[in-house]
Amino acid sequence: MRWLYRYASPATFYPVAGALAPWFFVAAALLGAAGLYIGLIAAPTDFQQGDAYRIIYIHVPAAWMSMFIYVVMAAYGVLFLSLNTRLSAMMMSALAPTGAMFTFLALWTGALWGRPTWGAYWVWDARLTSELILLFLYLGFMALQAAIEDPRRADRAAALLAIVGVVNVPIIYFSVQWWNTLHQGASVSLTASPKMARIMLTGMLIMSLAAWLYAIGASLLRVRAIILEREAGAEWLQGHVDGKAR
Amino acid sequence: MMEWLAMGGYGGYVWGAYGVAVIAIGAECIALVRRRRRAFARARAEAEVNHGD
Repeated sequence: MRWLYRYASPATFYPVAGALAPWFFVAAALLGAAGLYIGLIAAPTDFQQGDAYRIIYIHVPAAWMSMFIYVVMAAYGVLFLSLNTRLSAMMMSALAPTGAMFTFLALWTGALWGRPTWGAYWVWDARLTSELILLFLYLGFMALQAAIEDPRRADRAAALLAIVGVVNVPIIYFSVQWWNTLHQGASVSLTASPKMARIMLTGMLIMSLAAWLYAIGASLLRVRAIILEREAGAEWLQGHVDGKAR
Repeated sequence: MMEWLAMGGYGGYVWGAYGVAVIAIGAECIALVRRRRRAFARARAEAEVNHGD
């Protein structure tokens, strides 16, 4: 357990995060470029949906990330409440804006795909509604944390909200099975072979990997800013803040 | 080229989705850099007050 506490200290993690973040961004940019090339140029037009289907190359990765980031955020919330590690709370807060951004993108791109495909930008379907609730959970998390002056109490309240809200994630994921939804079922699953052409699947997976790496890079950068905000004045920061901003 | 941009008549939807994705990610990156700069300047000012230079 000792090593865990060592790496869970902001002083140790601050330089590590700073060294890692650029590599995640570079890898995300390269994979993103490859994914865009496949999605917008190399992959053929879908015989049913025409070129409107190309929206899925951002829609599906964004939707996956929106749920995944929330689960990771709640897991950090559990770590923070049980072990009381400050860094867990900082990571939890660092993930929220990126998660909210991906949730917004999932909803936005879904609307633009739904209009030509279903004939409506929005329907109060179980999948869409629960994803909208996810956006409100992210926004509520950030608002709650910002509303409480004492950072420790703010973290505690926000962690609780994150943990309670995680119940919404399986609802989103299984909504297409539990209810009769307009939203289609999963096109990619671990148990069955994918219901799409190989090149389309490859493009989607590459874009998902890029989204993953971007989310890691962004949260590492954000946690560094949060460490600076919260630890300002700490002895260990001395060596990191004199000299030029890096 | 024009044909590609038209996306088989779905250009508005496809580019509307991709364009907003680029804007959202760009906005997040700008916000990140600004938050970092602000936090860095504050931490630096505080370090100077505490330890003197």
